[in-house]
Amino acid sequence: MTFFLQLAITGLALGMMYALIAIGFVIIFKCSQAFNIAQGHFVMLGGYLGYTFLAVLHLPVWLSIIAVIAVAVVAGGVIERLALRPLVGQPVLAVIMMTIALAGVLEGIAILLWGGEYKTYHDVLPAITLNLGAISIPPESLIGLIVSTIVVTLLMLMFRYTKIGLAMRATAEDEQVTRGAGIRATMVYALAWIIAAVVGVVGGVLLGGVSGVSIAMSEIGLKALAVVILGGLDSIGGAIFAGLMLGIMENLAAGYLDPLMPSGGGLAGVFPFIVMILVLMIKPHGLFGLKRIERV
Amino acid sequence: MSLPSGTFAQDYAQDMRLMRTKAQWGSMGLLLVFLATIPLWASDSNLTTATIIGITIISVHGLNILTGNCGLVSMGHSGFMMVGGYAMAILSAKVGLPFWAAMPAAGLIAGIVGVLFGLPSLRIKGFYLIMATVSAYFIIHWLILQFRDLTGGTDGLSVPTATFFGLAIKGKATYYYLVLVLAVLATLVAKNILRTRAGRAFVAIRDNDLAAEVMGVNLWGYRLQAFFIGCVFAGVAGALSVQYYSYANVEQFPFFDSVWFLGMLIVGGMGSTSGVIYGVLAIKLLQLLATKIGPSLAEVVNPQAAVGLSLILPSLAIILFLIFAPRGIEHIWGRFRGYYQAWPF
Repeated sequence: MTFFLQLAITGLALGMMYALIAIGFVIIFKCSQAFNIAQGHFVMLGGYLGYTFLAVLHLPVWLSIIAVIAVAVVAGGVIERLALRPLVGQPVLAVIMMTIALAGVLEGIAILLWGGEYKTYHDVLPAITLNLGAISIPPESLIGLIVSTIVVTLLMLMFRYTKIGLAMRATAEDEQVTRGAGIRATMVYALAWIIAAVVGVVGGVLLGGVSGVSIAMSEIGLKALAVVILGGLDSIGGAIFAGLMLGIMENLAAGYLDPLMPSGGGLAGVFPFIVMILVLMIKPHGLFGLKRIERV
Repeated sequence: MSLPSGTFAQDYAQDMRLMRTKAQWGSMGLLLVFLATIPLWASDSNLTTATIIGITIISVHGLNILTGNCGLVSMGHSGFMMVGGYAMAILSAKVGLPFWAAMPAAGLIAGIVGVLFGLPSLRIKGFYLIMATVSAYFIIHWLILQFRDLTGGTDGLSVPTATFFGLAIKGKATYYYLVLVLAVLATLVAKNILRTRAGRAFVAIRDNDLAAEVMGVNLWGYRLQAFFIGCVFAGVAGALSVQYYSYANVEQFPFFDSVWFLGMLIVGGMGSTSGVIYGVLAIKLLQLLATKIGPSLAEVVNPQAAVGLSLILPSLAIILFLIFAPRGIEHIWGRFRGYYQAWPF
């Protein structure tokens, strides 16, 4: 039982990371129907920025967070304006390739600037480990849990109670009508990208502080797409639920099934993809996704 | 296709010919002579690049049929190459099939695996299909690493030198000629598949699948056919690549290759056979450029500069083409040709 709970708890940490990436993805998709494959790269960028500000420049934590957010706002805005806006009305593949190419550029820049090495800044952020009987909750889970709860609450409040939130929901519903009503859809798109960049980057700073930063962090972004598909592309709640579920399931599968595999498993790496292909075959719109009816 | 004025056809067969004018025959002949003489003057590393470009062209032809013409975007193409490569390695090293039998068998096996992973395409498309093919890549990758006894796992599998009716295919130049012949053949086959009933059905499905179905195109059959054809090309290319290094390893077929293949289609021009060649050349040469100027940059920035550059340069090319020339080099070249053919008007 302890083994099971321990696996589940570590899975929770992973799940939180998945959820964090998935939320950024869903925000962009909800507003502009664009698939942002580079979301995982925002997280990686956040990790490296956190390393630069905290460990290289030795700025205080609050100032670093503000600086990182500023960089994210600029990056998100610039990416939307220069790369994504010319593609409005282009086929799905164009947008996906654009975000993948952006991912390539971001990864390349990270390699050029930071050498693509594994960096850590452990002692800068407060490390809290919670012990519940025989099970210890690692700081990743706690930080992930806290950050995603805060982010999600803020986003929910913004979507529900502010004018800009209303504009974003309206744009998600029908872009043309929204434009007709005098709302600037382009501004909504830009804002969506900025929010997604900030969410990703802040998550990256915190996760980097706990488990170090490397280029491999961005690969988690690819696995997080399984989360988005499981939860439904346009559901923030679904993203969180599916993130947690997938993180826990992946860890349990690795813990219990790996010993049964012919050459030692590695099931954790492939598990999200197996889930993804099964979901796509059985329930393509995910658990909480909106089913769209296609008309010619 | 725009032709110079005064070129006209008197019957259907003439109209359907790939080569219509003497100038086309002439330039094609010159191109083939140029390609055939590359081993005589090119350096060793350039010859390797040329061979790899040839192999990539074969693979991307398959992707062009699948994605460019049938509209089924596959981001697992290097996974299907991996299937072909490993099939080749296992068939020739463990089963002992000769080269000429193992190569088509590898293509066939890759095609069948492609059909298996193409099954979800009957229900889903767009982003969902991309994700299904991405997972196909990772599942194939994992399965190959799991079945250690058969595939050698992470150690890889070495492949004996190919012999073709008693002649050993040894040395870079000989292998280059093999790849050249196969690449030319693949180009011809790809071009002709697109001119058949199936090719027209693919385009109809791409442009509007519901309308195609109403017009009597069997979506189910043609989608799977597209997957099969596309993956056969990938399998042959993978087999060639494994045979070239006489060694099969999962590292040979990284996931990002699938992304570059799609990028090549975008840069070259989606759906066009000659666009495939332009796109492969453009992206591969940019990657080559990155490895050439990387070392000099390494002293300024950091030792990994070449790796970073080889990601940034092709990505930037894809971004610029998506924004400024979404129809690719093929379209730019076509406009230029139209301009000088009509000059001075």
